[in-house]
Formats: sequence, structure tokens, C-alpha cells
Amino acid sequence: MASYNTSDFRKGLKIQIEGEPYMVIESNFRKPGKGNAIYTLRMRNLVRGTVLERNYKGGESVEAADVEEIEGQYLYRQGDKYVFMDTSNYEQYELSTEQIGDAWKYLKDGTLCQMVLFESNPITVTPPNHVVLKIEYCEPGAKGNTATNVTKPVKVETGAEIQCPSFVEMGELVRVDTRTGEYIERVKE
Amino acid sequence: MNQTDLATAWRPSPDWSEIRLRAEVLRQTRAFFQEHDFLEVETPLLSTDTVVDAEIEPISLSCGIEGKKFFLQTSPELCMKRLLAAGGEALFQITRAFRDEECGPLHNPEFTILEWYRLGDSMQKGMDFLSDLFQSLMNTDRAIRCRYRDAFLKFTGLDPFTCEAAQFAQVATANGLAAPAQLGDDIDDWLDFLLIEMVMPHLGLEAPVILYDYPASQAALANVRAEAIPVAERFELFYQGIELANGYHELCDPHELARRTAQANAKRTQQGRRPLPDGGKLHAAMKAGLPPCTGVALGVDRLVMLAAKKKQLDEVIAFTIDRA
Repeated sequence: MASYNTSDFRKGLKIQIEGEPYMVIESNFRKPGKGNAIYTLRMRNLVRGTVLERNYKGGESVEAADVEEIEGQYLYRQGDKYVFMDTSNYEQYELSTEQIGDAWKYLKDGTLCQMVLFESNPITVTPPNHVVLKIEYCEPGAKGNTATNVTKPVKVETGAEIQCPSFVEMGELVRVDTRTGEYIERVKE
Repeated sequence: MNQTDLATAWRPSPDWSEIRLRAEVLRQTRAFFQEHDFLEVETPLLSTDTVVDAEIEPISLSCGIEGKKFFLQTSPELCMKRLLAAGGEALFQITRAFRDEECGPLHNPEFTILEWYRLGDSMQKGMDFLSDLFQSLMNTDRAIRCRYRDAFLKFTGLDPFTCEAAQFAQVATANGLAAPAQLGDDIDDWLDFLLIEMVMPHLGLEAPVILYDYPASQAALANVRAEAIPVAERFELFYQGIELANGYHELCDPHELARRTAQANAKRTQQGRRPLPDGGKLHAAMKAGLPPCTGVALGVDRLVMLAAKKKQLDEVIAFTIDRA
């Protein structure tokens, strides 16, 4: 198994601790002039998103995480499994509802997502920052009201509910920011 | 480096105000030493000898000169002591030193070091001179003197000279500190860890602080004074929680030098580092006679950083290693 020595430590490194993959978000070096060096890593758990901080003595090593980023195309849902395909080799992967998290709200057939594999198993999926979704149901719009600060709940084609300005209508397309879940604009077909 | 990175990375990271401040700090430093009748000297950066420190890794290079292997100096200590043994009295030097693997907000593998020696100075006199220099350059109060042991007792509640690894580990845990798994039983490793985490952050927040009388196990090339518990006549200056200078009432005994070099090499080997050649030129100089003296090394980049009220070295070094 590959490993990294303290002299390899840097931001962005992907390492494994107690069987879980982490990405280093901050690496610090402290050392009394004549004394022993302390390396401090702040890292994010790539599965759970939690942050961990660990200290290492100069010369210590940590296991590298076999982490790979691929482009995964969303194919379909089967029960509580979401099926994706690696666009480079057509390999298919299934993700559970838990692994999908909020991403289901933005998944249409064919959506290209960024997927992270740990030891060849998918751990996270990130949809594109912006997606265009069709409004399936909403209360009728207030004609002539172009204010964007008056909102109403709207059900989109994925089944998710999104807050949109009150002027949008059923059947229209809206662009949504997947990082915040917020409406951006209406889109013409 | 790709084109996008290069578009910004060619630039120096500090502002011109900091580049000018460095020139001013260097000018004032030279003036201070000249006023005190020190002679400015230059010694080589490349040498077949190196100081053998357990925790400092020199950068070695092969040059096309008689197929020899050279080290970039980790400090100008060896050659300056050779000058002292050959008749130097009060010498100072502003030069570059190199330490492999040392890279971080307060470390750059190549750095500017100010080092000086004066014959006849006791540790007390050496601390007084360091305090005067620092006061004059930084407009601070006089440095507060504090024994290493007293600082540890005050901020950790532990006696660094008598406690054992288990007690250090207990205090670390009680203070929510995650010690590196490999600290083990090495007392000096524990002392360094707790110094960084629990002592240093409190030092020199107003007036600078000089710690002195270090554990004999951390004497490096300082004289060890025989007492009930022997102490190293070593001292360090801290300001704003940052270590700036390290001084010794110097070891003059060549036999003791050989013993410590062997000991440092043994620790290096045990830690998986390469042993370093014991050179012999300093040993020969000390055999010929290094007169009693006190010497101090000060990190100039950190000095400029604190004078500029900055937090990281890349705010005052034109091109740190990542842009060099």
C-alpha cells in the first residue's frame, strides 16, 4: 500500500485513516529550531464530510487513499438505488439514498456528475453546479408580478420542491444552483 | 508550473513596504554591531563539514570538485568558531542558512541568519546583549528572563527536568492535545511538543522573553553547568509567541564535542535519518583552543516579519521556496 511521509504533506493530499478516506485541507509545520518537528493536518472525511485534526512527528508516514475522480452519468433509479455509469469505460455503479444525499433533487436521466471512488467503490456524487429543471406543478403565477423576492414552492420534474419567484408557471424551465438549492432564472426551451 | 500559475507566481509575495523594511532592519543591525566593535565576517555556505544535530537535516550536494560531497550550512557556527579559535574576538555575520524539509508559515528551507560571537561573555552577558539588540531594533521593552524550567512549571504544571513521558502524555490529553502517535518515551520529543503547544504561545506577548538554563539533553553545542541537576547554558528569545534567537555559552571542550556528535548521530540513526560526518575541522580548532565565549543566532526573516506586524514569512521574503 502506498504511503506518504511527513515531507510529502500538503493541501489536497488524499489519505486513509482507520479505513476511511480523507482529503487534507490544511497542512502546518511547527518546529523549535533545534527540536522535533510537528506536522499538523486538518482533513475532511470524504464520505461523511467531518473534519479531523492530527499531529505527526517528522518522519512518520500515513497511508495513501486509493481515491479516484470520474465523470458519472446518471442512468436511472431502481428502488432505493441510484445507478450511474462511468463515461470513460461504461462501468456501472449503484449509490444508496444515503450516499446520494441531496443530489437526487437535481438528477435527471443522463445528468453528468462528478463521482469520487474509494477503492473502486463510489462514495460521493456531485451534480453540476447549475441544472435546468422543468416545473411539474405549482400554484398559478401572479400576473405581472416580476418581483423575485416573493416566492412560492414549486415541484420540479425530479420530484423535489424548490422555492421560485411567484411569476413562474407550470411547464416552464428554471435554472437552479445545486450548491444552494436556489432558483437562478427562467430558461427558454 | 502551468501558464496560469506562472502569471502570478513570478511576482514577489511581499509588498514593497516590506522589502524596504528588510533593507532598513539589515542597515540598523549592521550599525548596532559596528557601534559595539564587532567585525563583520563572511564564511562559506558550502562545506564538507556540517553541524551534527539530531533534528536538523542539512542539504547535501555533489560538486565537480575532487568528487567531494558538500553540505549547505545549517548555520555559520562551525566556520565562525574556527575564526574565533584563530584569533577572532567579536564577530558577526549576516548570511544564508539552509535546512532541508523545513517548510511552513514560519519556515523556509533557505533563510537569512544573523550570528554573532564575543569572547569572554558569560551567558548572562550574552542575554543582556541579545536583549539590547532586540530592544534597539524592535522598540520593545527589555527582555524578561525566565528559566526554561520555570516557564514549563508555570504553563504546564510539570517539571521538565524530572517528569516522565507518561506524565507529559497525561497533561497533553487533559488539555485536549492530540500528541503524535510516535512520541513514545523520548522526553525531549515530549518537551518540544508541549513547548510548541502550551508554552510558546504565551511567551513575549508584551515584552520579549528569554528562556535560559535548558535541559542538559538539549544542550546542542552549549556548555553544561554542573549543578544538582546539570543545565545547559543555552538561551532562546521569544516574541509574540515566536522563537527568534538561540544562544549558547559555548562548549569549548573537544572531547565533549566528539561525545555529543556521536550521541546526535545515534539519535539520527534511530530515527531513520542518515548519520552525518563529524568533519573534524571544528574538533581540531577546539583542540587548538576555542576561548570561552557566547554566541547567538537570530532568524532575520522572522525579525522582519514581526517588525512588519505580519503573520507569515511569505509576507516578507521576496520569493519563498514555492516561488523560488
